[in-house]
Amino acid sequence: MLIKKGIAASLGIAMGPALVINKEQGRAEKRMLTPEEAHAEVHRFKTAVEQTRADLKAMRDKVLSVLGKKHARLIDAHNLILSDVIITQTIPKKIRGKLINAEYALQEALDNIERQFAKIDDEYFRERRFDFIDVFKKIASHLASAEKASSENISEPSVLVASSLFPSDTMAFRENKSVLGFCTDLGSKASHTAIFAQSAGLPAVVGLVDISSQLRTGDYIIADGEQGIVIVNPSAAIINKYKARKAELEKEEALFSRLKDLPAVTVDGHKVNVFLNLDAEGSPFKWKRLKAGGIGLCRTEGLFMNRSILPSEDEQYEKYLELAKAYSGCPVIIRTADIGGDRATKLGIKGLHDERNPFMGFRGIRLFLKYPELLKTQLRALFRANIKGNISIMIPMVTSYNEVEAFRQIADSAIAELAAEGRPAKPCRLGIMIEIPSAALIVDQLLSLVDFISVGTNDLIQYSLAVDRVNQYVSSLYEPFHPAVLRLLHLITEAAKRCGKEVSICGEMASDPEAAAFLVGIGVDTLSVTPKMFLRIKNAVRKLNFKTSAAMALSALDLPSAKKVRALFDRENSTHSKL
Amino acid sequence: MIKKNIKVVNELGIHARPAGMIVNTASSFPCEVWLENEDGMNVNAKSIMGVMMLAAACGSNLLLTANGGKEEDAVKAIEKLFADKFDED
Repeated sequence: MLIKKGIAASLGIAMGPALVINKEQGRAEKRMLTPEEAHAEVHRFKTAVEQTRADLKAMRDKVLSVLGKKHARLIDAHNLILSDVIITQTIPKKIRGKLINAEYALQEALDNIERQFAKIDDEYFRERRFDFIDVFKKIASHLASAEKASSENISEPSVLVASSLFPSDTMAFRENKSVLGFCTDLGSKASHTAIFAQSAGLPAVVGLVDISSQLRTGDYIIADGEQGIVIVNPSAAIINKYKARKAELEKEEALFSRLKDLPAVTVDGHKVNVFLNLDAEGSPFKWKRLKAGGIGLCRTEGLFMNRSILPSEDEQYEKYLELAKAYSGCPVIIRTADIGGDRATKLGIKGLHDERNPFMGFRGIRLFLKYPELLKTQLRALFRANIKGNISIMIPMVTSYNEVEAFRQIADSAIAELAAEGRPAKPCRLGIMIEIPSAALIVDQLLSLVDFISVGTNDLIQYSLAVDRVNQYVSSLYEPFHPAVLRLLHLITEAAKRCGKEVSICGEMASDPEAAAFLVGIGVDTLSVTPKMFLRIKNAVRKLNFKTSAAMALSALDLPSAKKVRALFDRENSTHSKL
Repeated sequence: MIKKNIKVVNELGIHARPAGMIVNTASSFPCEVWLENEDGMNVNAKSIMGVMMLAAACGSNLLLTANGGKEEDAVKAIEKLFADKFDED
C-alpha cells in the first residue's frame, strides 16, 4: 500500500483500477534542420497550432452549452494565448533562425515562461502559468505523432491517471460514465481542470508530482478528493472504510441536490437565515456549492497559528478580500482574532505566560485592548477588504460596555488613518459575541453600541453552568437545554427584538435540530452552522412550524429541568411527524 | 512616442479577462505598445503572456508607452479600458 499526498481538487471518492493516459512525454529533444526542412517545420508547427485552435473551438461550444458563459471565458483566454506573439512569431522565428525542430523551440519557450512566472509573488497570477502550460502541451500533443490512449475509448470503469489533463479531456469524462475520477501530476486548485472537475462532479486529486510515472494501468487505487490523497493498492480494511464513506457522501449528495436551491423557510412561511461557520485560513470556495446565504461566523484565529511572526495587514487583507469576493452579495461576519495569551507569547509578544485557566483568562477582546496595535492591524485589513460593503466585524469575549466603546475608538482611528493615507476602505457593520453571562444580562445596553449580536452558545453554556466540557467529571453537566440557558437565550433575543436588531446563533446549539426548533421559536434570525450540518439544519428548519415552535419555546421557559424540556421537544416532534 | 502613467483601479487587477482586453485593443493599432510595472518589468502589450506576467493588482501603477502609427489613439483607447475598470461591474 502506498499513499500519495496531493491537492484535493474536486470532492468525492473514486475507487477502481487506474488507467494511465497522457504520460509525461519527457523533454523534447533537439534536432538540427536544414533551411528547407526548417521551412517545412514552421508549416508543421502552424498546423499543430491550428489543430489546437480547432480543439479549443469545439471545446468552447461544448462548454458553453454544458457549463455556461463564465467557463467559456476560460477557453477564450486559451485562445488568446494561442494568438500570442510568442506562438505566432517568436517560435517560428526561432525554428527558422536556429534551424531547430518545433518541439524543441516550443519547449524552450515554455521553459522561459515558467521561469518568468516563478518570479511572481502573487499566488493568483503565478497559478495562471498553468493556462500557458496547458496550451503549450496541447500544441506539443498535436506535434507528436504517437497514438495515445484517449478517454473516449475506455471500456472498463477506471480512475484516470495522467501527467496533466486538458479541459477538453475533463469534458469528455463528463460524458463518459466509465470515468470514475482522476489524478494528475500537475495542477492546482485554481487550474481549469480542477474547476471543470468540480462542476462535472468528478472526484479529483491533482499536484501529485509523479503519479503518472509511478502507476501502471490496472493498479487498484482510491482517489480521495476530500483529503487530497491517492491510495495505491489499499488493504481490504481501507477499502471498506472508503466504501462506507463513499456511501455516506452519496447520501449527502442526494440530500444536497434536493435542498441546495430551496429556501430556508418554515412550513408556515417564516424565513430563517441559515449561514455557515468558517475559518479564515481555509479556502472560501470550498463550501460555495452549499449556496449558503452568508457567513455567520468566520474565525480568524487560524491566521495567527503555526507561525512565529504576526500576520501582516496585507496578508490579512488578501485573505478577507478573497472571502468577501467569494461571498459577494452575501453578509460575511468576520470575528476579530480570539487568541489567548499562550498564542501571543509564541508570536513574539513579551510578558505573557501559560495561564492556569485560559477560558477565564487573557484572550479575545481583552488581549486586543491590551495590544491595540494588533487589533488595529486586523481592523485596517478588514476595512480595506470591505470594498463591496458585505463584511461585518464581530468582537469576541465581550463582558462590558467599556470594552465595546474602546473597540469602537480603535476602529474609528483605523478608519481615519486609512482615509488620511488615501487608501480605499469602508467601515463595517459591527456586532458582538454574546458568550459570557454578564454580556447577556446587559445586552440591551450593549446593543446601543452595535448593529447585531451573535450568541456563542458553547461558551455561554460553559460560563453559565460553570462546566468545563473537557473535564470528564463534570462534562455530563453541560446541558444546552438547562432552563437557565434557555431563559438567557430568550432574554437576549427579546432585548434584540425590542431594539430592532438581528440575533444570530453561531454556537453548536444551532447545529442541533431539536435546539434549532427552540431557537427559531424564540425568534432568532440566523442559525450559523458548520458546513457539515448546514443541509441538515436547513432541512430541519423547512420542517418546522414557526407558530408551534414559538408556543413550544415559551412553554419550555417555564419548565424546571432539562429533562422535562427534552420530553416536551420529543413529544412535539412525534405529534409533528404524525401529522 | 507617448508615455503615460496609468493606475490599475479595477478591484480584481489585470487577470486573464482584462489582460485579453488590453491585448485585443493594443493589437488593433499599428504602433508598438508597451507596459512597464513598478518593478521595471517592461512587456509587449500585444502579448497576453506579457500582460499577465505584470501581475498588476488593484492599486498598482503602470507606465504605458506607444510608438508608431496611431500611437495617440492607442494610448487613449487603452487608458479608457483602465478607467472603465474593464467593465468589471
